[in-house]
Amino acid sequence: MSPDQIGFQTLLKKEVMRFWSVLGQTVTAPVITALLYLLVFAQAMQGRASVYPGVSYTEFLLPGLIMMTVIQNAFANTSSSLIQSKVMGNLVFLQMAPLGPWEWFGAYVTAALVRTTLVASAMLLVTIPFVQLPINAPLALLAMFLVSSASLAVLGLIAGIVSQKFDHIAAFTNFFITPLSFLSGVFYSVHALPAFWYQASHLNPFFYMIDGFRYGFFGQADVPLLQSLLWSLGFLLVASTVCMWMLKTGYKLKK
Amino acid sequence: MPSSPLPAVAIAGVRKSYGKLQALRGIDFSIRQGEFFGLLGPNGAGKSTLISIIAGLVAADAGSISVMGHDTVKDFRAARRKLGVVPQELVFDPFFKVRDMLRIQAGYYGCGKESWPWIDEMLERLDLADKANSPMRALSGGMKRRVLVAQALVHKPPVVILDEPTAGVDVELRRTLWAFMTDLHRKGTTVVLTTHYLEEAQELCERIAILDHGQVQVIETTQQLLARHPFRFLRLKLAAGSVLPESLRALVSGEPNGAVELKLETARHPIASVLETLRAAGVVIEDVHTRDPDLEDIFVELTGGDDA
Repeated sequence: MSPDQIGFQTLLKKEVMRFWSVLGQTVTAPVITALLYLLVFAQAMQGRASVYPGVSYTEFLLPGLIMMTVIQNAFANTSSSLIQSKVMGNLVFLQMAPLGPWEWFGAYVTAALVRTTLVASAMLLVTIPFVQLPINAPLALLAMFLVSSASLAVLGLIAGIVSQKFDHIAAFTNFFITPLSFLSGVFYSVHALPAFWYQASHLNPFFYMIDGFRYGFFGQADVPLLQSLLWSLGFLLVASTVCMWMLKTGYKLKK
Repeated sequence: MPSSPLPAVAIAGVRKSYGKLQALRGIDFSIRQGEFFGLLGPNGAGKSTLISIIAGLVAADAGSISVMGHDTVKDFRAARRKLGVVPQELVFDPFFKVRDMLRIQAGYYGCGKESWPWIDEMLERLDLADKANSPMRALSGGMKRRVLVAQALVHKPPVVILDEPTAGVDVELRRTLWAFMTDLHRKGTTVVLTTHYLEEAQELCERIAILDHGQVQVIETTQQLLARHPFRFLRLKLAAGSVLPESLRALVSGEPNGAVELKLETARHPIASVLETLRAAGVVIEDVHTRDPDLEDIFVELTGGDDA
């Protein structure tokens, strides 16, 4: 293994160890929160909301909840790690190390994927007694999960790079990530919305991530899978390009 | 230690401004392999900016720096593998234990398990062995400083920069640290030191550069620097009622502990003639003491009395 590969592997391991050391906060807590959503909304909405033929509301809700949790945790993992290192000052250890932009990018994003895989798997496992989801398109499911997780991990990296204090990250989360993830069709099918909101939903990238992920389970969704995949891939590409430019130029990292 | 034609650190035309403030106004000098080099200057002289540029934390506006022949921008990976930097700020990662942190740091530099015995040796040498499994956040300030030193050395770099490593640390740690660094230097490591303790620089450094207002004021061997100003100090404790003659008052450089200290240029004011003047004026001397100028005196001469 080359020194660069060891460097990448070490940063990845360190990032995984970082969230692993506070597993209750990084994995258990979001799973419990999502379960509470499932219990409350399933009870309140079962039989009231119009979803897909042959799919109960609880079944419909769970993939959306999983993807919403994945989106929020992928963003939180990279952004919180970077801002903590900045605020504590220990980012200098990484900045002085012989690690290039690709190693930073790859390690942070992969660590976020590990966390979201844990979160999603835990959610699927603990809900088995209540909901048995079919898996109609496993490849689509995997692709949508990976692309969506990576997209939000990259967005979290960008937020971490741009931010100088915890308040900035909180602003990203409160005014961008949370509203867009709540208004992305997690709790409803966009076909049930009035025309304006139906159209507006189609401008929300998180809608495609959730819709495409749901397709993987049910083989049906609000928009074609290809459209969801392309939107998500496009989002990932744009975010990655911006992030790599920041890492290569040292934007907000180097004085 | 035989010197090599390849400098350990070569700095050429480095400039850096923060808005209107010119932190570095064109720095050019080299540090030879195997040197114990001192980088001194008052607060705001540009020392930390220069070190940050060498380390890759700050981008220079102009100029270039190489470490062991590797450009710190174009060939940053190779340059950084040759360099270890102990930062001035007491920074640490609260998520990890001491030994884990050092192993992670070694991994960043491409070092695997083969570096673990060296890490354990450093823990012993820096009196950190009993703290190896302690969380970083549980360490005292002095212990955290030791870990910073170990982190800079995990990959056995041939060039080490210590940015004020003894600021605010106790005597024991200073001794431990300097014994360790002196040993590394004896084995061939190039050591670059910035410090506000000028006696440390005088004792340890073979060559010294003094920065002021973003420029190198002087770069010489420590001996050359000390010989640069041919003067001596004569400290006199005068008996009660005795007054210094008018002709000597212009030579007074200080009045430490009730004594009078005269700064004498060797050629113009031989000590014998000064004592003769005092005797002729009837001055009664209770005690007399002479000393050579130290680095602090030279530093004050060159920087106009700013704090080191």
